Amino acid sequence: MRIIEKSQLMTATEIDRTLQRLAHEIVEKSGGTANLALIGIRRRGVPLANRIAQAMRGIDGVDVPVGTLDITLYRDDLSKVAAHAILQSSEIPFSVDDKDLVLVDDVLYTGRTIRAAMNGLFDLGRPKRVRLCVLIDRGHRELPVEASFVGRSVQTSDTEIVEVRLNEIDREERVVLVERAS
Amino acid sequence: MLLISNGRVLDPASGTDTPRDVLLDGDRIAAVAPPGQLAARAKGAEVFDAANCVVAPGFIDLHCHLREPGGESSETIETGTRAAARGGFTAVCPMPNTRPVNDNASVTRSILERAAAVSDVRVWPIGAASIGSKGEALSEIAAMKQAGIVAVSDDGRPIASAKLLRQVMDYCRALDLPVIDHCEDSSLFAGAVMREGKQSIRLGLRGMPAATESLAVARDVQVGELTNCRLHIAHLSARASLELVRAAKAKNLPVTCEVTPHHFTLTDEDVQYDTRYKMNPPLASREDRDALIAGLADGTVDAIATDHAPHEPALKDVEFDRAPFGVTGFETALALGLELVHAGKLPLMRLVELFTTGPARVLGMKQCIAENEPGDLTIFSTRHDWTFRAEESASKSRNSPFDGRTFRGAPMATIVAGRIAYRR
Amino acid sequence: MSHRFGHMLGIEPLSAEEIVFLLDQSKPFQEIQRHPLKKLATLRGKTVALAFFEPSTRTRISFATAASRLGADQMNLQAESSSLKKGESLLDTVRTLDAMKPDCIVIRHSSSGAPDFVARHLPLPVINAGDGTHEHPTQALLDALTIRDRRGTLDGLNVTILGDILHSRVARSNIHLLAKFGCRFTLCGPAMWLPKELECLGPPGTSIRRITRITEALEGADVILTLRVQQERLHEPALPLDEYILQYQLTAERLRLARPGALVLHPGPMVRGLEIDPAVADGPQSCVLEQVTNGLAVRMALLFLMIGGADAPPEKDSSHAAD
Repeated sequence: MRIIEKSQLMTATEIDRTLQRLAHEIVEKSGGTANLALIGIRRRGVPLANRIAQAMRGIDGVDVPVGTLDITLYRDDLSKVAAHAILQSSEIPFSVDDKDLVLVDDVLYTGRTIRAAMNGLFDLGRPKRVRLCVLIDRGHRELPVEASFVGRSVQTSDTEIVEVRLNEIDREERVVLVERAS
Repeated sequence: MLLISNGRVLDPASGTDTPRDVLLDGDRIAAVAPPGQLAARAKGAEVFDAANCVVAPGFIDLHCHLREPGGESSETIETGTRAAARGGFTAVCPMPNTRPVNDNASVTRSILERAAAVSDVRVWPIGAASIGSKGEALSEIAAMKQAGIVAVSDDGRPIASAKLLRQVMDYCRALDLPVIDHCEDSSLFAGAVMREGKQSIRLGLRGMPAATESLAVARDVQVGELTNCRLHIAHLSARASLELVRAAKAKNLPVTCEVTPHHFTLTDEDVQYDTRYKMNPPLASREDRDALIAGLADGTVDAIATDHAPHEPALKDVEFDRAPFGVTGFETALALGLELVHAGKLPLMRLVELFTTGPARVLGMKQCIAENEPGDLTIFSTRHDWTFRAEESASKSRNSPFDGRTFRGAPMATIVAGRIAYRR
Repeated sequence: MSHRFGHMLGIEPLSAEEIVFLLDQSKPFQEIQRHPLKKLATLRGKTVALAFFEPSTRTRISFATAASRLGADQMNLQAESSSLKKGESLLDTVRTLDAMKPDCIVIRHSSSGAPDFVARHLPLPVINAGDGTHEHPTQALLDALTIRDRRGTLDGLNVTILGDILHSRVARSNIHLLAKFGCRFTLCGPAMWLPKELECLGPPGTSIRRITRITEALEGADVILTLRVQQERLHEPALPLDEYILQYQLTAERLRLARPGALVLHPGPMVRGLEIDPAVADGPQSCVLEQVTNGLAVRMALLFLMIGGADAPPEKDSSHAAD
């Protein structure tokens, strides 16, 4: 199976600007940051959450804790993935009880990842509120999931894939639209 | 009449290794002569072309289990002897651990009657030394001798005590019967399923040391010395046992021994939880195996015997601990012996001795190719390439560790009492 | 790199990389034990058959809990109440279980090689929960996880194993495992339980020595593995219990001969006052409670890896084709 790049959706600069904007939005719309916490969904939600937290520090010195969540064990399509999946640990160094959580992921698509993430979060405790922040919303929801904070909305077709590439993981920085071709 | 022509006659009794034709008339050997010279006399005879084959005296298997009566789901006299014929054997000695045990003349007679009806191969039963082979009281040995046993044993088990062994030997000496013992010290055996060693430790299986056998051999040799009765050690497997036999022979004691093909081929390293490698005595160490091969060559070992021990698949298809001991062996014995010949470890004449004059001597008989001798011949090729498949065995059972093994050399025809009992 | 296992019959055939992978994959499951809600739906719809032909409370409960916390169902076979007593063969018993289509079978049996036998006959992943005196792979894995967590490494440790090593599958599996990381072994116990052939365990070049005096055996030890005293075995040959206690009990005083901070492990169940002094069993060097938690983590990881999925291609929800 080959991957063909169809177009570039965001450049490095655009990603950075968008994350800055999202950080501001979250702070504005949270009515106080005392109980606020970010949870990055592995893998690419993690560097995004860290960067948003970093950006937040630049705004009034707000210091928001960041946790990471591995959702492999919570996926509903595990049978299709488990043959190759490698489990990573979740690391949430604070209690989720009564917290105002914002889940952070790179791309929102069917919504199943988010559902799995919520299952994981609720195994840990009872957050006060959970909202979702994504860099790209590409539509095609299969579950009633919505993102409160969206970097960019993009129209896609089923055969297309939106790839967010980040320096921390991919050693390049851009968002591309690719196609699977057999 | 049956003429065996163009063969290479190998007759250990006379030391002959030379091209000869053999004419059989009725159940006897009528003549042996250089090739072509029997043409006139053999007019009208059936001819068997033994070109490129060795013609040897009939092979005798001193040790096997035919399971009938009582164990017919694993083997019968008919199927066992058919497998024996395919292995080139003209005579087999079934052990008495049947159900009922062959410990009296009527069981002996019933076995012989059955053999007469269904077997193309001679059946010379071995009678139990003690009643039920329980090791308590002597069985009806004299009556059984009259009925036709050729030796006495409690095989499956050792003869229980030195005291009983002495009584059996004293009695058998007077009857001129050899006593065959399955040498095993019960306390060292204690639930073991393989040879004690690195492999048993790795596999976590209970092992028995070589001394399990050699201690009993030492006991038997000394009791034998007391009684001067002929003693034959069954399925000898350890170097230590072999050395005791060697020392006994050096003192001119009437001690003989046999070794099975699986013991001179495999070792305990071949055991992996496959029950086709489980037998008693168990596969031994490399040193033991190499010592056995040397003993075959230097005459310390008198005979190769198969200890053909069939068990139907359902019995063997269980966890290693629970499987019964035993492997089949009629059809692979000669080929395994030929492996030693091909490897230069054993001269061909010596191999033939181990199958013919050796066992015959243990039983106090002759076995040779000469005028007026019984018409029993084993005709085999040293070159025929074939693969043994347990599925195709004439035996009812499949428990052979040699399934799928390729061989060079095989029995080509088995002649018993002047008739072809098997032809490949 | 990801590894998958068709069966888990023993440690001997595994590579050091595969073992490190298993230990790493156990870590998320260690963590889950700390959640208030410990139940996952990961293996929902899967069934784990537990076929214990030998009495065992701890290991069986550990596997049962592992399955249950992953959301799997269980089929339970207990030897006492099984038709095995009525003469049904092992093969028939497991075939009956197999006909009910479990996704894997966890088997403990008193015959060495029984899981191998079952694996050859059934088209089902088999996990060995202890076979005869052969292997107990999950025990060695949980011991290794415990040691690695406390020590930071498995490499080159001095490991002393105390007790009836001849009859111990735990000892064998541990030796096989730790030898792959260059550990050195001292085996200590009464002479009749220390045959020479034990020195041949592990890959060629493994350092194993046999010592009958406990004081000598403990010097320099980083890890001490105290084996259960199987009271049935003490009669084979007869060795009075008091003799054993006198010669081989791990007391606080004897423990001081080992390296400072040496770890004390025990596969359980312990008999305080027999093979181990209560002070040591409950002391700071004892790892027994972590062993239990780690046992659960390791078994959950194994079940996840072995029956968590099939080989179908990933679904579209993965935003990265390579993820």
